[in-house]
Amino acid sequence: MPIRRPERPDAVALAEITDRELYLRRRDFLRGAALAAAGAAAGLACGAEAGDANVEARGEKLPNVVPGPREYATDEEPTSYRSATTYNNFYEFGTDKTDPSQSAGSLRPKPWSVAIEGEVAKPGTVPFEDLIRPHPLEERIYRLRCVEAWSMVIPWVGFPLGALLRRFEPTSRARYVAFETLFDPEQMPGQRRSVLDWPYREGLRMDEAMHPLAILAVGMYGAVLPNQNGAPLRLVVPWKYGFKSVKSIVKIRLQEEQPTTTWSDSAPDEYGFYANVNPDVDHPRWSQKRERRIGDIAKRETLYLNGYAEQVGSLYAGMDLRKLF
Amino acid sequence: MTRARRRTLHGALVALGLVPLRALAVGALRGDLGANPVETVSHATGEWTLRLLLATLAVTPLRRILGRPGLAPFRRTLGLLAFSYACLHFATYVALDLTFDFGAVAEDVAKRPYITVGFTAFCLLIPLAATSTRAMVRRLGRRWVTLHRLVYIVAVLGIVHFLWLVKADLRPPLVHAVVLALLLGLRLWWRIERAREERGPGFARAETRG
Repeated sequence: MPIRRPERPDAVALAEITDRELYLRRRDFLRGAALAAAGAAAGLACGAEAGDANVEARGEKLPNVVPGPREYATDEEPTSYRSATTYNNFYEFGTDKTDPSQSAGSLRPKPWSVAIEGEVAKPGTVPFEDLIRPHPLEERIYRLRCVEAWSMVIPWVGFPLGALLRRFEPTSRARYVAFETLFDPEQMPGQRRSVLDWPYREGLRMDEAMHPLAILAVGMYGAVLPNQNGAPLRLVVPWKYGFKSVKSIVKIRLQEEQPTTTWSDSAPDEYGFYANVNPDVDHPRWSQKRERRIGDIAKRETLYLNGYAEQVGSLYAGMDLRKLF
Repeated sequence: MTRARRRTLHGALVALGLVPLRALAVGALRGDLGANPVETVSHATGEWTLRLLLATLAVTPLRRILGRPGLAPFRRTLGLLAFSYACLHFATYVALDLTFDFGAVAEDVAKRPYITVGFTAFCLLIPLAATSTRAMVRRLGRRWVTLHRLVYIVAVLGIVHFLWLVKADLRPPLVHAVVLALLLGLRLWWRIERAREERGPGFARAETRG
């Protein structure tokens, strides 16, 4: 992996400044401090338990991670690692938020390969390592807004999706990109029930996919992606609802026609192809005006395009976002 | 059932009914209610409202099947427990979920069908809880029975509320729906039976009366 110079000498990846342990567990730490004061013995017992759970899940640290473009990074406090890895929607492992962290151990993210097909000059099935090797890994601290009106701030590690797509030389007919998650009920026990039409499929318009804000992530919080967060490779499109950011990708297909996508297929009046975060377009069953940032009690206002309007707003100029939601 | 025994059983039932609440309180104190504690509390209080409502509706069929008419007073205990959880559920929604933004509550009730039905169910529970005392039962007489049939509607609305909230996995609300269908089905079946008996030829009645 080539080492890219930081864009500015003072720009250092968040993970490098703060002591790792504290960085990952600031809130737990503060909360824990009060507890620990109550009694050293009891405090140790509790602390050790919570600590182990965090260490176990954290995984292998990714080397040579550089900060991403400064204008894309939020200075909001990242969600605790514990919450980001135990509160997940990944129906391939069960429909409860805590199911993925409990049952994603059956996923084998290594060895892994991804098929790139359709409207590209150089299609093929590429081993995961070869797929990511040419790309410098950047840290991108993004807001994540779920369609269920909760949100997080996640320090992803990844690289621009567009850079990867260009390597395979899209043809002039490539207007959309379709993604597919692994289908293997043995590794993904949630797929034994037809809660959704497996495999999970998602898609982007070509200009969305080529936008530098859209990334493929291989890690978070400075380490390899945990299985429950979509190991080994997932999409992150921070201006769209979380379900667009398809996990554990095995297929990327470039094509002329708009792909069908899982949630839109399952409930077309509730989930559109675009799924752009938009406080003015409610989900038919609940309001999208506000969201609960995980870690907070009170809700906050939801921002148009999840606060990334300056970067990606022009992609939707002239579109009726009430119809193309 | 002796009076003392009934009192003990009532105490045990109330204690048992408060176990989920205790678990939530302990979880809250330990900061152990998951990544989204408001959602955890909201879902737990909602589900326990439904479970206790179903338990309430199971008392009458159980009395009949087990031949124990003495179970009747437990219906009120369970019903009031269900109402308590419904209050907590509603309070969680107003205080924690919407932080007392009554405009947002009104908008939800008017615009979101699952909230409309949930709110209606909650409102219908209030007169039932208010008329649950012995004095009210005596005062209302026959009308009490008619009024308390509302609980069937409340249970149906409660389950619709749950069903309309779910994104894709319908199994949990459907389990509740099946139990409710069974409990209401039994009542309907017995009602039809009784009507048939009353209308049927004389010997059938003579036979059943022995």
